[in-house]
Amino acid sequence: MVRFVFARLLRALITILAVVTFAFVVLRMSGDPAQVMLGPDVPQDAVDAFRNAWGLDQPLWIQYLAYIKSIFTGDFGVSMRDKASALQLVLERVPATLQLTIPALLLKLMIGVPAGVYAALHRQSAIDRGVILLAILGFTLPSFVLGLLLVLVFSVILGVLPSGGQDTWVHGLLPTITMSIGGIGILARFSRSAMIEVMGQPYIRTASAKGLKWSNVVWNHALPNAAVPIITIVGFMVGSLIAGAVVVESIFSWPGIGRLLVVSVSNRDLAVVQCILLMIAATMVLSNLMVDLFYGWLDPRLRHQTAH
Amino acid sequence: MVAALIKAEGLTRIYEMRRGLFGKVTPVRAVDDLSLKVLPGETLGVVGESGSGKSTLGRMLLGIDPAESGTVTFEDKPMPAFGTAEWRALRVRMQLVYQDPLAALDRRLTIATQIREPLDIHNLLTKDERDARVQALMAAVGLRPDQADRYPHELSGGQRQRAVIARALASRPRLIVCDEPVSALDVSIQAQVVNMLRDLQDEFQIAMVFISHDLKVVRNIADRVVVMYLGRIVEEASSDVIFASPRHPYTQALVSSVPVPGQPLKGRMILQGEPPNPASRPSGCAFHPRCPLATDICRTTVPMLRTVGLQRAAACHLVEGANAPIAA
Amino acid sequence: MSQELVELRDLKVAFDGIQVLHGIDLTVGRGEALGLVGESGCGKSVTWLAALGLLPGKATISGSVCIEGHELCGAPRQALETVRGGRIAMIFQDPSSSLNPVIGIGQQITEALTLHRDLRGETARAEALRLLDMVGIPDAPRRFNLFPHEFSGGQCQRLMIAMALAGEPDLLIADEPTTALDATIQAQILDLLIQLRAETGMATVFISHDLGAVSQVCERVCVMYAGRIVEQGSITQLFSNPQHPYTRGLFDAIPRLDGPRTRLVPIPGTVPNPKHLTAGCAFAPRCAHAAAPCDFHRPQLDMLEDGRRLACFNPVLSAGTAPVRQKLVEGV
Repeated sequence: MVRFVFARLLRALITILAVVTFAFVVLRMSGDPAQVMLGPDVPQDAVDAFRNAWGLDQPLWIQYLAYIKSIFTGDFGVSMRDKASALQLVLERVPATLQLTIPALLLKLMIGVPAGVYAALHRQSAIDRGVILLAILGFTLPSFVLGLLLVLVFSVILGVLPSGGQDTWVHGLLPTITMSIGGIGILARFSRSAMIEVMGQPYIRTASAKGLKWSNVVWNHALPNAAVPIITIVGFMVGSLIAGAVVVESIFSWPGIGRLLVVSVSNRDLAVVQCILLMIAATMVLSNLMVDLFYGWLDPRLRHQTAH
Repeated sequence: MVAALIKAEGLTRIYEMRRGLFGKVTPVRAVDDLSLKVLPGETLGVVGESGSGKSTLGRMLLGIDPAESGTVTFEDKPMPAFGTAEWRALRVRMQLVYQDPLAALDRRLTIATQIREPLDIHNLLTKDERDARVQALMAAVGLRPDQADRYPHELSGGQRQRAVIARALASRPRLIVCDEPVSALDVSIQAQVVNMLRDLQDEFQIAMVFISHDLKVVRNIADRVVVMYLGRIVEEASSDVIFASPRHPYTQALVSSVPVPGQPLKGRMILQGEPPNPASRPSGCAFHPRCPLATDICRTTVPMLRTVGLQRAAACHLVEGANAPIAA
Repeated sequence: MSQELVELRDLKVAFDGIQVLHGIDLTVGRGEALGLVGESGCGKSVTWLAALGLLPGKATISGSVCIEGHELCGAPRQALETVRGGRIAMIFQDPSSSLNPVIGIGQQITEALTLHRDLRGETARAEALRLLDMVGIPDAPRRFNLFPHEFSGGQCQRLMIAMALAGEPDLLIADEPTTALDATIQAQILDLLIQLRAETGMATVFISHDLGAVSQVCERVCVMYAGRIVEQGSITQLFSNPQHPYTRGLFDAIPRLDGPRTRLVPIPGTVPNPKHLTAGCAFAPRCAHAAAPCDFHRPQLDMLEDGRRLACFNPVLSAGTAPVRQKLVEGV
């Protein structure tokens, strides 16, 4: 067990390092922060001074080593724009993003999974066909189209919901709904096919032949088996709790991580962008790790896997 | 004496198995120091329970599974390594048929296309000759000409297995290895396919290795039979005598476990215990924990395969010479 | 005559409008062992899945299924649920996939105990251990919390049997219980089924395409073809003197382990597609005895003098059964 966890952690660390390195190199190759920060008409010595102050005149690999070293000491750099700690800037925005993504995730789970399971249990019925249709619509509609559509209907035409800002919980309604629709569709389709697959297995017939109530067969015998593939998708969704809101936050001017990322990228605020990317990578990796452990908990066969 | 078509000497196959997600990797001997030969046109039956290594043996004879040690010689030449051009060329002369015909066939191609495939791949015959060969093969395995354009899912299980066999025979191989070819079929259809295999074999003089857990089918089709237990041959004899007068206690148990229609289950020797697990091989004779006759020597010493009569051999400490009966 | 345990009357099943069972009449007496044989696709399993209401929703079922006079066909779901596992238990062909992979085997057995005998906690555990011991699972207390994949195929079938016994059923339906197992393990399971029937007195319906296995376990046999019973009689009647050409064909197709190695005698052709059944006898196209009426008229299942039932215009006459008789004499 210890060896397993250690191996997984090592792999996670390598993944994060790869993301960090990639971001570091690409950001520095794709534009000069000094030019962007100071504007086009600044004298050369001001630019040089800026570069010198931020260490941008050093060779790339020295900058990289210094950056890695500081990460390991918990120093994520300083924003070139606000001169504040990048980490702090990012952490300040986390609650706002989670205010959208967590309710959205709950909506996806609470609507997507039951809808899919219900459709699977009532295959070929009108409700099943309706669920499939809505699911396809849900995940094919891009969130920026959906977001604007919702704004048009609820803010412009009906005038019942605000189209932007973060003042009250009512402001969060439209962005949360926009964000959850696609996930609901994906989860519904996935839960449906997972459940159909499981319901066709011999052990479900055994459970019925045993005399169990139908609801008991579904809840205790079918769902735990269907949960394994569903968990994979949910894992992805948990992993994108931090990163998944970029588009929606921009549409609804929601002051979260996504917005910060967009602003920082256009400003070439290196430390902030890197810090966000690091955080996104870390959540992804962490949720993957959780999914793996969850698998083992759900399916004993994976716990005692025999491999050649 | 006729030279062997295929000869295996000291074949050993070890694969690694991990017990549990965090467990240690243990080496498992699927096939253990096994030697045999098949003459041209002969049928060798291979029987044993699951875990006896009989399928692994079949794949090793065709060079699909690599041997840790030992050699396979086909037509007096050593078996080339798996995947090499020489090995692929050799596939013309040796073919595999296994249990599940649906998995062996490509569901997007018609039956005729698939039967033709070996001829196309190895570039045998002219175009017209290929068509003629496909027609002849379909007739030989009992498929109707109008079934040529059918897809696998449009055929019954028996018909699919016929198509697989026709494909295996397309390149006129000298050897086919059949791994449980009729086990998934109903008895009535099983008899059709077994008869067909026997006829085809007579007609084309093909040697066959017939792997099955069904003693009745093996007895009917094979000239000679080897009984395997945990990767080793425990008894070998002609199929006329091996089931009529089995010498090894394991063969006796196998014979006794075959239900005879019209006879109640009384006075039969029912072998207790589970099929053997190659990952935890017992000491001495691997069969000793399930053997009703086991003595001390069986627990400590591995019995060698010895000649115990005219063209028969057994690996058991308790089987003496040619005519001595084993202790009852 | 005492009332039968289970009585099927004119049981018919259709899937999406295609009829696969054409009126099955069948009785199972208390404590009796009945065999159901035929090739795959003849409706052996469907008969009992239909009787217990275990077929998917697209199946339409008509006719009558009575257990001690209580009608099950069209009965409310609760009534069926008490019968399943409680009065009639069922085990299946592929034991390893018939057990739920994510639930411990102990729990799967105690679940049935709670359901049908209201046993809970330690009492349920103790009873489950007794059942495991009864079906021959060694070291049961230590293995109580293990999962199905940690048992071999033969042991999984033993677990299935223990689970079936949990409800103390009057009838056990064993649907091809040994087909997927090694011959040696097959013999063990058959032996176990015989022994359990002797100990508990429960009736057994043994569904199999293996006439050898059926004759080990059963007293009476029904032969099914294309959704109908074509011959029915005692083991001795059918084995010494099969009269339906199909029954005879099934016997003759079995390779022998003794005697000369002769050419096998298959039944030509295959089981007909239920979509394309003719008005005549469904077996006629494969039958060596078929005559003109067989193609146009369907023979009824009639009672013969010796008590057997037979649906055939041109039965295999006793005089023509010499090879089969001889086979029996040799076999003894």
